[in-house]
Amino acid sequence: MNLQQLTSSAKGLVKSFGLPRIIIGLFLLSLFITAPFVGVNIGTSLSDTFNRFGMNAVMVLAMVPMIHSGCGLNFGLPLGIIAGLLGATISLQVNIPGPTSFLLAILFATPFAVILGWGYGQLLNRVKGGEMMIATYVGFSSVAFMCIMWLLLPFSNPTMVWGYSGTGLRTTISTEGYYRHVLNDFLSIQLTDHLTIPTGMLLFFALLACIIWAFLHTKTGTAMTAVGSNSVFARASGINVDKIRTLSVIMSTWLGAIGILVYQQSFGFIQLYMGPFYMALPAVSAILIGGASVNKASILNVVIGTFLFQGIVTMTPSVMNSMIHTDMSEVIRIVVSNGMILYALTRKAEVTR
Amino acid sequence: MTVVWADKSHNQVLKDIKEMHENEVPLLEMKHISKDFFGNKVLTDINFSLNKGEILGLVGENGAGKSTLMKILFGMDEIHQTGGYGGDIIINGEKVQFSSPIDALAKGIGMVHQEFSLLPDFTATENILLNREPLKYTVFSELFGERLNILDREKMDQIAERAIGRLKVPLDKDMMVSQMPVGHKQFTEIARELSKEATDVVEGIKLLVLDEPTAVLSEQEADSLLKAMRLLSESGISIIFISHRLQEIIDVCNTIMVMRDGQIIKTVPSQGVVIADIARWMVGRDVGSSKREARGFDYENTPVLLSLQNLWVDMPGEVVRDVSLDVHKGEILGIGGMAGQGKLGIPNGAMGLFPAGGKVIFEGKEIALNNPRHFLDAGMAFVSEDRRGVGLLLDESLEWNISFTAMQIQEKYLKRYLGGLLKWRDQAAIEEETESYVKQLEIRCTSTKQKAKELSGGNQQKVCLAKAFAVGPKLLFVSEPTRGIDIGAKSLVLKALRKYNEENGTTIVMISSELEELRAICDRVAIISDGKVFGILPATTDSAEFGLLMIGQKSQVLEGGSV
Repeated sequence: MNLQQLTSSAKGLVKSFGLPRIIIGLFLLSLFITAPFVGVNIGTSLSDTFNRFGMNAVMVLAMVPMIHSGCGLNFGLPLGIIAGLLGATISLQVNIPGPTSFLLAILFATPFAVILGWGYGQLLNRVKGGEMMIATYVGFSSVAFMCIMWLLLPFSNPTMVWGYSGTGLRTTISTEGYYRHVLNDFLSIQLTDHLTIPTGMLLFFALLACIIWAFLHTKTGTAMTAVGSNSVFARASGINVDKIRTLSVIMSTWLGAIGILVYQQSFGFIQLYMGPFYMALPAVSAILIGGASVNKASILNVVIGTFLFQGIVTMTPSVMNSMIHTDMSEVIRIVVSNGMILYALTRKAEVTR
Repeated sequence: MTVVWADKSHNQVLKDIKEMHENEVPLLEMKHISKDFFGNKVLTDINFSLNKGEILGLVGENGAGKSTLMKILFGMDEIHQTGGYGGDIIINGEKVQFSSPIDALAKGIGMVHQEFSLLPDFTATENILLNREPLKYTVFSELFGERLNILDREKMDQIAERAIGRLKVPLDKDMMVSQMPVGHKQFTEIARELSKEATDVVEGIKLLVLDEPTAVLSEQEADSLLKAMRLLSESGISIIFISHRLQEIIDVCNTIMVMRDGQIIKTVPSQGVVIADIARWMVGRDVGSSKREARGFDYENTPVLLSLQNLWVDMPGEVVRDVSLDVHKGEILGIGGMAGQGKLGIPNGAMGLFPAGGKVIFEGKEIALNNPRHFLDAGMAFVSEDRRGVGLLLDESLEWNISFTAMQIQEKYLKRYLGGLLKWRDQAAIEEETESYVKQLEIRCTSTKQKAKELSGGNQQKVCLAKAFAVGPKLLFVSEPTRGIDIGAKSLVLKALRKYNEENGTTIVMISSELEELRAICDRVAIISDGKVFGILPATTDSAEFGLLMIGQKSQVLEGGSV
């Protein structure tokens, strides 16, 4: 009897958490356990995992509003990232050093995110049902367009432009002296020589996550979820579906912009040109690993998914390389991230039937 | 409810028919056929027989069970997947049990559906013989097997000509289907069934089921089809003819069988029957069985609450052409009519879910069309006939389903912070309201957190009603509130509507295909035909008169009456 209860409650737990997450979780755990035996420092590993979690979590959070409004996964994340890059470069151009530059970057990125998000939303409203395919190409083409713009825009701060010609932005720009590690170092805790917890960055993510969570509990947020759940129902309840969808796209784009700024301050560099090109895929697969589906996602999905995904991305290279002395890690990473996207898209078909 | 088997003249008639064919075994007999879909009974104890060369007219309202009966005869998958059927089907004295339509075809039963199943870019001949083409061997087929046989065009033409010849219609066998008028498409379909000649594995066509073949035809085309049917009948092919055009049924059939609520109400020879009789059998219950408390509604002294003027709605399959209607404050107005005539388009268009035009005047103010928000803001609500598509958030909880519209439109169940800038969902208020509706409407659920998709149809309908009640509307449109739900839930839903009307004085406009239901709870019933109001009668009017209106052809009514 007791055993039965135990197994049934265990089954319930497995079901609610999801088998794929348990398998990935166990795999990650096994990586952490093996790490010390193959000579990988556990402190460094944990530190890296936390760091990468903080760097990517906001971009994964950027998936949430669009999923809620039924616009699907935000494959057009590069558009948000471009808004962030514009904010970042303009902030550097204004040339106010220190943490202020980070706030300025956010400030400058916001209008771009709103305008680009609005246009992107209008486009998605015209292609209902095929959002994700269109979004992918919105992302790709905007990256290509900006490749031209980075060369032409009249930036002049010497830290950013090509040294030999004096015009056109470099592919990689250091944030050193501006907002490098402003969040990472805020209240950071040094546990051991190798293990540092980037408290500020985690807190910043927590703040944004709270805002999104709260938003989803408001009247408009409720409408957004309903639009994603059944847009005809929402329309029959007097909701302007297109408006809500546009709002969600703007929110996602803005979060993408903030996401890349958080990433830059931790990474230390602004990556232009083809940098944003492949940023969408890791974020998409992270939220899917976290248990979100194409039209349902929660903050918890974001946290779990980012942690598992980034954990694996961090751990596999170091552990595998030390173990087999061959560089397999990249292959495994690609298999995991693309396999997860495939898995989630097939699951969508199952749900709607 | 007593079935009218006791009718003496009727028994006499049956005897006559039997005597006529005393020495013959009937071609088809169906004995004690019954069928239920998950406990919802749709056919009970169906008994009839069909002789060689007989034309049987099958009539009944939508949902009377005609198509289910035909599906059983054909052994459609749908029947097996929902638990099979009860009773026996006997063909030529031999009990059969078809496991698929292919078996039925092999026994010589052919069916022509309402929707054409033809390949538009193929000729009549090619369509008639599709996948049954006579083949010729070639050198290649010796080498590579039968798949490289070529079509025997000459033989195909012969067979097609023979089949078309039996119909005696001017159908060009070489014409592309896409270029044919509808009538010829119909003939092509029938010719295909006729071309199924006896082989060693397959029996030739003996019984043809025609499901509303004349619905899409012009009068002339229909005439030639009826002629063709008589010819076929003379050549010994039995026909089951389903149609809503009652005059045709009387003209062409030997026997008329009327179905209602999954039962056979009447089986009579067609001689001497008038349309009015059939109409009454189709829609009416036995006298006295409908207990209606007629409510004297004072139309003179109650103001008009809603006035529809020249409303048109472009709703696919339910086009409204020109509807003008006045709804008085406090009444229950029923809107009935056959499927596809436009009755469902009226609320959908008024609400703005489909493109619409004309005027909708509510409480003296014109409501802008094509935007549900204006409709809802004015104080009206709509319970859609499409529960799963429009009515519910299937993946969300009952709480959300019931509170959502009221929250969005009227800002109920919200807590305000920061001077109204932040409108926070008030979970406690939502729960409380949902609980009260669950109790009031007896919604069967495990909790108010249960997802809407997990409920049964009847309970889902109650959730839809609760959603509309939560808005506290002045006028409530309810579309097909009892479609697809069982009898128990049906009466509960109807009672809830009536009660809501009486207690709150809410005006209700109820659209339903079931006339009896409308007569039971409405004050007046408007019948829609061809996208227009065909007549408005007090609900106490005899059901036969409604039946006549529903057929929608007054001239035919008169002719039928004069026979």
